[in-house]
Amino acid sequence: MSEINAAVTGGSISADVSGRYIAREHHPEQGTLLGFWLYLMSDCLLFASLFATYAVLGRNYAGGPTGAELFDLSLIAVNTGFLLLSSITFGFAMIAAQAKNLAKTQMWLVVTGILGVAFLSLEIYEFQHLIHEGAGPQRSGFLTSFFALVGTHGLHVFFGVIWLVTLLVQLGKHGITPENFRRLACLSLFWHFLDLVWIFVFTFVYLMGVLP
Amino acid sequence: MSDHHHDHHSAHGDGHGHGDNYAVHYSARDYAIGFVLSLILTAIPFWLVMSNTLAPDTTRWVILGFAAVQLVVQMVYFLHLSSKSEAGWNMMALILTVVLLVIVMSGSIWVMHHMNQNMMPGMGAESTHTMT
Repeated sequence: MSEINAAVTGGSISADVSGRYIAREHHPEQGTLLGFWLYLMSDCLLFASLFATYAVLGRNYAGGPTGAELFDLSLIAVNTGFLLLSSITFGFAMIAAQAKNLAKTQMWLVVTGILGVAFLSLEIYEFQHLIHEGAGPQRSGFLTSFFALVGTHGLHVFFGVIWLVTLLVQLGKHGITPENFRRLACLSLFWHFLDLVWIFVFTFVYLMGVLP
Repeated sequence: MSDHHHDHHSAHGDGHGHGDNYAVHYSARDYAIGFVLSLILTAIPFWLVMSNTLAPDTTRWVILGFAAVQLVVQMVYFLHLSSKSEAGWNMMALILTVVLLVIVMSGSIWVMHHMNQNMMPGMGAESTHTMT
């Protein structure tokens, strides 16, 4: 808005010139974070269609195993804990980055990454266990939609971990520059967003899947 | 708020209002509150389902309620979303997304539910158990 105003009225009055300068200087970062937010919203729609698919197919067992027979809730509770813990450790990393404390930022990012990998390992273990029991994605509509939804979330976490490692390298090379801080802010949005999606995965898929 | 990574811009004074639109201040207090609330809001649904305290139908609605509350908690304390972030554009995008999300979700479920019900006898929802 300010840029439009400055463009319309600017030029004639000297105060507006500095206003326009500010608007331009600030614009790139505002653009990145808003643009990334828009990406997250479109990702939301991707997950919404997968959730809708699961809502439609989730009880079509095709004579195969049901959620109540397959899901191990204590395993899921541990996994939920990992993801929630990684959310707050990423928060600590952002606080350290804000205070320009590079060593602390890297330390918390490493902790976050380890928690992310722990989450993924448990999920892969669970998937392997299911497939080994003959409950793979091709067994029934329920399992197809289950693997599609939970697998997509896991894939997001996987790419989040890759992004996190990339940023660790960047931080090690260049320190906490404005660019790196912006990247960290984007990844923090992404990471918290994944935790947010997971709330609905464990509620809708696992907890409600176990209920009769 | 945004000054910490814009120190090098000398002409900052006049445009201070613009900077505050997108700056997020990351505070330990926010994260701590969000974390504790999320932990509680996660533990209760797990306990409800694992202990079978309530009737299944009641549990279903209660845990969905807990998920909705946790969604708001994490949006406020982790994603730092407020009506002011990015000059309100974040909230606008979110509202549009929620509208689309509700249409996609409720539309699909509603249509597919009725399709299942209107199947010919022997092809309805019950018999899908034997088909993939």
